[in-house]
Amino acid sequence: MKIAVIGLGSVGRGVLETLAGKNIGLSVTGIADSKSGYIDPSGIDIKKVLMQKKKTGRCGDAGMTAMDVVREADYDILVEVSPTNATDGEPALSYMKTAIKRKKHVVTSNKGPIALAYKELKALAKKKGVALRHEATVAGAVPVFHTLEQGLAGNDIRAVFGVLNGTCNYILTRMAEEGLTYEQALLEAREMGYAEADPTYDVKGIDAAIKLVILANTIWGNGVTLDDVDRTGIDRLTPEAIRLAEEGDCTIRLIAEADKSSGLLRVSPRIIRKNHPLVVEGSLNAISIETDLAKEITLIGKGAGSIETASAIIGDLLFIAERYGRRP
Amino acid sequence: MKLEMKDSPGQLVAALRPISDVGGNIIAVIHQREPGSHDGLLNVQIVLDLPERRLDELVGLLQKEGVHIQRIGRERLLYRRTVIMIGHLMHTDLSDTIDRIDSTGFAEVSELAMSMPAISERSSSRLTIKSVTKEDMERAIEILRSVSQEKDLLLIEPLEEMA
Repeated sequence: MKIAVIGLGSVGRGVLETLAGKNIGLSVTGIADSKSGYIDPSGIDIKKVLMQKKKTGRCGDAGMTAMDVVREADYDILVEVSPTNATDGEPALSYMKTAIKRKKHVVTSNKGPIALAYKELKALAKKKGVALRHEATVAGAVPVFHTLEQGLAGNDIRAVFGVLNGTCNYILTRMAEEGLTYEQALLEAREMGYAEADPTYDVKGIDAAIKLVILANTIWGNGVTLDDVDRTGIDRLTPEAIRLAEEGDCTIRLIAEADKSSGLLRVSPRIIRKNHPLVVEGSLNAISIETDLAKEITLIGKGAGSIETASAIIGDLLFIAERYGRRP
Repeated sequence: MKLEMKDSPGQLVAALRPISDVGGNIIAVIHQREPGSHDGLLNVQIVLDLPERRLDELVGLLQKEGVHIQRIGRERLLYRRTVIMIGHLMHTDLSDTIDRIDSTGFAEVSELAMSMPAISERSSSRLTIKSVTKEDMERAIEILRSVSQEKDLLLIEPLEEMA
């Protein structure tokens, strides 16, 4: 199958490097970054484009936009991996809609459009007979949606609990391990490249809440939004509080929680026993799923990283290729 | 409570019936025949939830059935939950915070641990709350949530119920 990749940040580069390094039967016919675009229906030389991007900061012609690639390139699947816009999901939301209207499948790591418009996008994809997959939007490399939709097919999903933000988990782990203050642990997280210059989005629990909204919408199709999440961040935690928790063989972690029967959606620091499966170290992510048949399943893995997130994208691409690829 | 009764048909049912007669709720029944025990007696442990002041009545009824009570362990409050509160706990009247729970009559603060790094800094505390029922615990936690909001404290709740 042919794919077009929109966005050449960390995730986009990870996808292209993986495709260049592994022969998995997908050819790239369109590429765009924020400043340029490139189309070649006979298949793009990925290594060449990556080199050019490194040298010039552009992947293609300045005269061609990402929307031009979405509208005009000859592809089967659009890989939308441009930066997240949590406010209105644009311009990625328009790229996705345009591609779906052209009867193209969409695979994305972009949380904004999926959190804001999942119901609408899913309905549109269904109408056009194409797939919309977003494995990479929650918990990076961890195949949570494959597990929920394929592995746990037929199960009634009752609740989901997750450690969905690696930055917060790193900060809390370091506060517990070394008795660091929140400010010290945040500084360290920045030095390690786990935290942004403006950490608000992570430490106030917004990123975890967006992922929780995506989980709830995907599982229950309930159309909830970020405003429905009861949210408390980790920025007021003290090392003394963590020590008090540890005296009872517990610790504190930022937990995202969604419950079907009560409709509860909550992101908050919680006291949790140290040997609980959700207590993972450093920047790892973890998700516990509670169902009627399988009971409890916990997945743990890397929540971020270029190649790790590419793994989720590749999984979605091959899922689509397998399911739709042999169409006459 | 731990009971001893004749190991013959109908005995266990006879011992359990008075519990529901006095409005009790059986939580668990554990009985084991010890190997090599040929004295024809059965040891049974029953965990139950009983309304206030009905215990003596139950003891009387059981004795009438010929059941020997070996031991009764009592815990008035069944549910425990530990929370952590962070903020200016002393300046916002900690004893009032605790009293909001204790004065309910259905829940109480049974343990308190504090850490105060410096006078002007926020302090951290760990509170263990006990209540009779799960519903009462929910009500107590709800009170703490609103007190926390009112006094600008950060309330950290446990992810799961602690036994």
